[in-house]
Amino acid sequence: MAVGWQLRPWRRWLTRAPDPMLREALTFGLGYNATLVTLGATALGMAAGGAGTYLFLRKRALVSDAVSHATLPGICLAFMLMVALGGDGRFLPGLLLGSAVTAGLGLLCVAALVRRTRLTEDAAIGAVLSVFFGFGVVLLTIIQTLPAGRQAGLEGFLLGSTAGMLLPDAVLIAVGGALTLALVAVLHRPFTLVAFDPGYAEATGWRTGGIDLVLMALVMAVTVVGLKVVGLIMVVALLIIPPVAARFWTDRAAHLALIAGAIGGVSGYVGAAVSATAPGLPTGPIIVLVAFGMFALSFLAAPGRGVVAVALRHRRLQGAIHMRQGLLALATGQPIYEALTLRLLTRAGLARADGVATDAGRARAAKALRDERRWDVARSSPSLAGIAATHDGLSEIETVLTPDQIAEIDARIDAPREVT
Amino acid sequence: MAPVTLASDKGRVIGTPDTAGQALSVRGMTVSYGAAPVVFSVDMDVPQGAMMAIVGPNGAGKSTLLKAVLGIVKPLSGQVRVFDRALKEALPRVAYVPQRASVDWDFPTRVIDVVMMGMTRELGLLRRVRPHHRARAMDCLARVGMTDFAARQIGQLSGGQQQRVFLARALAQQADLYLLDEPFAGVDAATEAAIIAVLKELRAEGKTVVAVHHDLSTVPDYFTHAFLINRSRIAQGPVAEAFTPETLDRAYGGRLATAPVAQMADTGA
Amino acid sequence: MSADFVALSLPPLVIGVLAAIACALPGNFLVLRRQALIGDAISHVVLPGIVVGFLLAGTVSTWPMLLGAAAASLVAVAMIEGIRRLGKVEPGAAMGVTFTTLFAAGVLLLEQSDTSSVHLDVEHALYGNLESLIWIDAVGWQSLVDPVALAGLPPELGRIAMATLGIVIFMAVLWRPLAVSTFDEGFARSVGLPTGVIGVALVVVSALAAVAAFDAVGSIIVIAMFICPPAAARLVTHRLGAQVGWSLVFAVIAAVAGYVLAGHGPLWLGFANSVSAAGMIATVSGVILALAAVFGPARHRAGQAT
Repeated sequence: MAVGWQLRPWRRWLTRAPDPMLREALTFGLGYNATLVTLGATALGMAAGGAGTYLFLRKRALVSDAVSHATLPGICLAFMLMVALGGDGRFLPGLLLGSAVTAGLGLLCVAALVRRTRLTEDAAIGAVLSVFFGFGVVLLTIIQTLPAGRQAGLEGFLLGSTAGMLLPDAVLIAVGGALTLALVAVLHRPFTLVAFDPGYAEATGWRTGGIDLVLMALVMAVTVVGLKVVGLIMVVALLIIPPVAARFWTDRAAHLALIAGAIGGVSGYVGAAVSATAPGLPTGPIIVLVAFGMFALSFLAAPGRGVVAVALRHRRLQGAIHMRQGLLALATGQPIYEALTLRLLTRAGLARADGVATDAGRARAAKALRDERRWDVARSSPSLAGIAATHDGLSEIETVLTPDQIAEIDARIDAPREVT
Repeated sequence: MAPVTLASDKGRVIGTPDTAGQALSVRGMTVSYGAAPVVFSVDMDVPQGAMMAIVGPNGAGKSTLLKAVLGIVKPLSGQVRVFDRALKEALPRVAYVPQRASVDWDFPTRVIDVVMMGMTRELGLLRRVRPHHRARAMDCLARVGMTDFAARQIGQLSGGQQQRVFLARALAQQADLYLLDEPFAGVDAATEAAIIAVLKELRAEGKTVVAVHHDLSTVPDYFTHAFLINRSRIAQGPVAEAFTPETLDRAYGGRLATAPVAQMADTGA
Repeated sequence: MSADFVALSLPPLVIGVLAAIACALPGNFLVLRRQALIGDAISHVVLPGIVVGFLLAGTVSTWPMLLGAAAASLVAVAMIEGIRRLGKVEPGAAMGVTFTTLFAAGVLLLEQSDTSSVHLDVEHALYGNLESLIWIDAVGWQSLVDPVALAGLPPELGRIAMATLGIVIFMAVLWRPLAVSTFDEGFARSVGLPTGVIGVALVVVSALAAVAAFDAVGSIIVIAMFICPPAAARLVTHRLGAQVGWSLVFAVIAAVAGYVLAGHGPLWLGFANSVSAAGMIATVSGVILALAAVFGPARHRAGQAT
């Protein structure tokens, strides 16, 4: 079948374990250039995870998409300029400089559209990325007609390509990755402050606008360095996926940046190393898919905010609520209208199938009614309202409040009434 | 009334409460956004023709209760009966005025178009807007004193004017039960007077009005019934019975300065 | 001259215009719902969709690839919604995770399968080839009424025309619920409108527009046309109906002017070759938006500094 032959290379690669090439790659044994690229991709991934965290906390993750797409016209213009000046159009630092210029211009356009018109940021981002990219494609078609343009290889910037990279380019990426990482490390404190509490940051003397500008410059730097490795369409993944994945594990901004940096670093490292082992394994997609694998794991299995944990908690809460409501209904002699409530009560032996309480049920119901009254009083008591507000009010009150506090509550209720 | 077995979309229900004579009845309503219920096991009865204030401290679940009643947020448990019918059947008789801040006032539309939204159900998908529809929308605007603003872009309205437009939209629904979420929040005195006048007119026509309300001092003047909530129901009934220093103390605890309570008790008694 | 025009320029012009309309129509509501970037996300996942369609079919044939693209865009929408709701992730980040991942999977699949021999490459998916959609059988205007010649029209034309028609009907029928639920979702639910279904329907229709337009003209136009004409239209009027009308005008202007400039602009400047029509259409739509942002009578928010 067609699928068979199409997927054969895949299977061959998957069943080839243990692969000496892969081990070599993961231990930097594949030559100087590949090692440099791997180191650079690792540093870049860490820097991107860190910088992306602050972008994510500012709820501006997709600004990076506008930045990355806006690099294309800059790459093309730089190429054309360098050729016109009689140089080599493929000179990487020149191309990256050009990409940074139009990326910055794109950012300015997004900012201007949001500040000066009624358009919202998402529309501004979409407009800038599509128009800049479209213009870049126009320039690409012009370059293809130039004598020097045929083998320019600028398409490589779309999807990234590290295969056959030259030494100076590899050095550039390694140094660029290390520099961006150093910048994130140095600037993490003001970034955290601004992301968390812009008002406070402003009050303590940080200029929020200035910090935001630096953050954007850093995002641009990550994008530009990542262009050659991951390509401009996928480089945003490095900025977006690690922080989103990290968010499932922690609520603290500082930890968030560290975890995101780690996820980004692992993605960059594994992606660059794996792709060095065989042709047909491009760096960019591998990096992105490794990052996504870690995201999927976090999404499902993280203990605090992971989907499984949340669903289990929700079920437990629903059960506790129906149980409590059922007990209260038993205590006050009201009918039970919901099947789930009755099922929970009968399963626990607290009620019969026709909704009449058993002896155990009557005792538990009286206790539930007293707890409910006590929680009510706690909620309206000035000294206990704080505790009551942060608690679900379903558990036994003795497990939350001290005997003294309960005595104080009981003093405000007439003696708890028993069910007769 | 013998319990009837009904299937509901929110888990199986094994009976319906007897709610004859009530415009709105809620049984065992519990809503939770996260780890703890915001509204817990609330029972509520609004008699037909009542004008009821839902009162309680911030975060007590007032707006959430209203949204859960309308199915805008999904409750964990609970039943809603409107005019002794399931909500879905009775929905055409219900008008809802959301909080003003809940919508994007930058939306490209005019005042008259917002009022026409009140006729969404009646116009259906493709029915053309006829002059009599437009005339009715203008009448509704006139009732809230906004005739001159019909062609105005909604983004140019003041807060009070926005609230009046929302009320006009509810009037265009020609409902029997009006549910309002904080209709007096952040509006000018003239608007507050205009809105309460319209609500009292509605009551005179035999309609039922339920409003989430913040300003305790106006409860006895504006409303016939009160519903005090702080996560669970504290009290409900005619203002004189349900809105007392004792119930207020239970709802607000120490968060309410004592002086106004005493003062209100005077006016409320 | 007219024979050349009908054969070489008319089909791409009409296809470009239809694609622009198909995207701009739902784009109005996407922009108003702050979901503009859904269009961006969908157009990125078209690539993995066609690759999978190609792998399953084993040959480069249109329908499996289009179905693959449609399926991929639905998968993307489901992923975005799932990540957003279950994981409580903000929509922009959920989109970013989704489209980069699916795009990466598409590129990897492409590299792993031997598609280099066939004409299926990333660049083509991104910026299409509007200029190649010619009508060889046409000999002049009279061909428009000649059934034999009409049978030789590029098949992309028929597909985009059907898709556009479907989208126009969808928008006409669901206009009122779309408007109400976009402006005030809580109220819409209180009058019994299924707001969730309406929202999903809008995104699915957008996906249909993206796939149909991509088939004809590539992905860039899709993103540009989803966003630029509606955004520009929002800056010139305060009424929803007028906004949609203006967005169509802008979309058509961008398509026609972009096509003409791409084909003839370089010649006027003394170059021998034309440039990418898709890229030029996106560029012109950007120029229109820039003009609207500077001169549009409704460009400022209430209370916004000038």
